[in-house]
Amino acid sequence: MEQIPILKLGECLIVSIQVDMHDRLAMTLQDDLTERIVATRARGVLIDISALEIVDSFIGRMLGTIASVARVLDAVTIVVGMRPAVAITLVELGLALPGVRTALNVEKGMELIESSLRESSGVSGRSPA
Amino acid sequence: MSTPLSLRDAISKDEVGLLADWIRYQLSAATLRRDLMNDSELREQSRRFLSALGEALGATNGKLDFAQPEWSEVREVLNEISRARARQGFSPAETATFVFSLKQPLFDRLQELHGRDARALASSLWQASEVLDGLGLITSDAYQAGREELIARQQQEMLELSTPVVELWDGVLALPLIGTLDSERTQVVMESLLGKIVETGAGIAIIDITGVPTVDTLVAQHLLKTVSAARLMGAECIISGIRPQIAQTIVHLGVDLGQVITKSSLAAAFAIALDRRGLAICRAKG
Repeated sequence: MEQIPILKLGECLIVSIQVDMHDRLAMTLQDDLTERIVATRARGVLIDISALEIVDSFIGRMLGTIASVARVLDAVTIVVGMRPAVAITLVELGLALPGVRTALNVEKGMELIESSLRESSGVSGRSPA
Repeated sequence: MSTPLSLRDAISKDEVGLLADWIRYQLSAATLRRDLMNDSELREQSRRFLSALGEALGATNGKLDFAQPEWSEVREVLNEISRARARQGFSPAETATFVFSLKQPLFDRLQELHGRDARALASSLWQASEVLDGLGLITSDAYQAGREELIARQQQEMLELSTPVVELWDGVLALPLIGTLDSERTQVVMESLLGKIVETGAGIAIIDITGVPTVDTLVAQHLLKTVSAARLMGAECIISGIRPQIAQTIVHLGVDLGQVITKSSLAAAFAIALDRRGLAICRAKG
């Protein structure tokens, strides 16, 4: 069965979606990612969708759900690499993904995760896992 | 029917003389616009129209139908003249008068032709009126079409001219909006902004609405859409250039600008943007 690989880098999980997302794959990804966040005690999740040319309402909602789930598990989610056409389509659909943080590319996304982790560890004083 | 024949005779019998009379009438008429067009151009237009009309009347079978091929030459000439006049700034009435002014010299000829036969004269006059009225309406249509083309072209040009995205600083974009924001323009604005974000890797975009005359709920919605789209690409937006009156309108309309940062001037927005990038401007020593 098709599966999207989830890579671990330090305290982060990195997902790069390189294939056309269909609904079943999206559900699988959501499940896998939740399990991996718990298993690896990850603090950040980076989802790269630069290869996605089409993001429908279902995938859009999935991104929102992943972000919410990750937040419950104390991890920040950053969606990176959205194409302009995709962004316009999502906004026209009324899916502005309010709970999801975004960055232009993987590099900026990693910076954002690192800075937000620094902030939160400074405030809560939680020791690294 | 014989009447188109008499009409044709009236024109073809002394076309040169009729043309001269007609031009004299036009030149002495109050509607003449010497400021827009010179006499020789008027002469040329009149000559072309009259010869086309004479030919069409010669070829027609007595029924009046301007869609027939024998009228195509006349239609073309009128189209060309009307469009040219629309561009030159004539009013629709002045353009149609070009055709209607032919009535007087033509009626004179018909009168001469029929002499004392009042019945034939009345019927000929009716025919002539019908032909010229129909052709006058064609000029109006063509004039309208010419104007609409002009408007469409200007709209397109405005759309292209009015949506520049400029780079203020490394990683800071500015989008000075001028004119009303409708959905078509929002689309263009969004596309150019997002394209520029990808190109420059900018993290902050300042949307300046100093040049937007009014902000109603629809315009606000378009603005928010643009902000949301930019945010999905990882860029934060600041809306600047909000005039006092617009601020009041926004509040009265109950528009919720949500989490968007708003500033009254572009300078204030730029200061925020620099701050976000960890930069500061300081006075040079000396």
